[in-house]
Amino acid sequence: MIDLPDVASICNTAEFYAQALAIEIEASDRYKLLAEQMEVHNNAEVADIFHRMAALEIQHHDEILARTGDLLLGGKKAQFSWILPDGPEVTEFDKVHYLMSPYQALEIAKRNEERAAIWFEAIAKHTADPEIRRVAEQLASEEREHVSWVENWMKRYRPAEPGWDEDWDPPIYSE
Amino acid sequence: MNLVPTHGFEADQTYQPADYKSDIKPVWCPGCGDHAVLLAFQRAMAELALPPEKVAVVSGIGCSSRIPAYTNTYGFHGVHGRSLALATGLKIARPDLTVIVASGDGDGFSIGGNHFLHACRRNVDLTYIVMDNRIYGMTKGQPSPTTEPDWDTAIAPGGSGVSPFHPMLIALASGANFIGRSSSANVAHCARMIVEAVRTPGFSFLQILSPCVTFRPDQREAWKGIFRDHPQPETDDPGLAAHYLMNDDGFNIGILYRATRGCYAPAPHQDLDPAFLEKEFKA
Repeated sequence: MIDLPDVASICNTAEFYAQALAIEIEASDRYKLLAEQMEVHNNAEVADIFHRMAALEIQHHDEILARTGDLLLGGKKAQFSWILPDGPEVTEFDKVHYLMSPYQALEIAKRNEERAAIWFEAIAKHTADPEIRRVAEQLASEEREHVSWVENWMKRYRPAEPGWDEDWDPPIYSE
Repeated sequence: MNLVPTHGFEADQTYQPADYKSDIKPVWCPGCGDHAVLLAFQRAMAELALPPEKVAVVSGIGCSSRIPAYTNTYGFHGVHGRSLALATGLKIARPDLTVIVASGDGDGFSIGGNHFLHACRRNVDLTYIVMDNRIYGMTKGQPSPTTEPDWDTAIAPGGSGVSPFHPMLIALASGANFIGRSSSANVAHCARMIVEAVRTPGFSFLQILSPCVTFRPDQREAWKGIFRDHPQPETDDPGLAAHYLMNDDGFNIGILYRATRGCYAPAPHQDLDPAFLEKEFKA
């Protein structure tokens, strides 16, 4: 379940592009933070997945940016208003565990891509602006492609087995 | 508080959250709520557009108290339970700084409990953020002052049997100017609450429920979806706030109480001319 976008708040295509760019930046930044956490806790394989996901989000950001042309407001970089809720493509901090497996990390990534797709699909469905609808449909389609991409990636790994979070050598201290 | 997820467009902010992030990677467990509080802090500082060199983060001891190392502001990782004493001295000496104090429920309400009372009473212009996970996490999971009395674990079989401390009620009774609660599950809410706490002059107390996923893994599920806005609007009436808190189950979030009591300010500086001092002490 995700909270659906407030479509009425999107006034024009430029603003919509800015929001889409912000969503990608935020998702990438969060993956970087999670990758750092995994590096600190010696889970290099999952850290690598999060780094790759961060790169994927930035790549998508750059692709969207290339399409915006002169549309962005004043040509300025899109950012969040920092005290507004998280975007639809961001991983919640409590979803990760230091012993998590690559498969579990990819399950999170898949869920994020699905949420982003649902978000853009909702905008496409409810907006009255044909240009915003066109852009939203395209973005939703790209997020669906990412879902497929992550699903293929998941085939390389096995799902986590029961007891995966049992640490046979627990740390004495947290550092 | 409106929690509708709309994304804003801020084209020309002075500072970005990353401007408050240090190069040191947090050692907190993945999944720990303190990661979210750190991000909320960085977002709040960006929203307030405070220059990093005009902010000081002071802490005590415990997992949450590591936060000064992870911020790019001034920081002081102090001694156990004494963060408020340090911060009070700093704010009095450097009133131009925005002083944020970070603590946990063990550090802040046990060994630091007495400082908490008197910091509320003095009403120095500080923002006190307590990341409350209802456990001593750094020392491997002993019950803290806010732990449920029946929390059964190998280290406290059958539970501690001790009534938990109610920090918001204590803060209200002791004279804090701002009292609020948030949850690390909602970074945006945390950030907004920090912004409001900093903007309110005087002593601001913000309890942030932040799960310990290692020694309280039960909190992952038990706290999921449990938070909701305070059922009543913010008030400046301490009697009304006390009445609300009597029915509070600990999971209402938002601003409970905000008053306008004047901040503590030191007496104007005396003439510190050595000749004057010599005369004063000889008298």
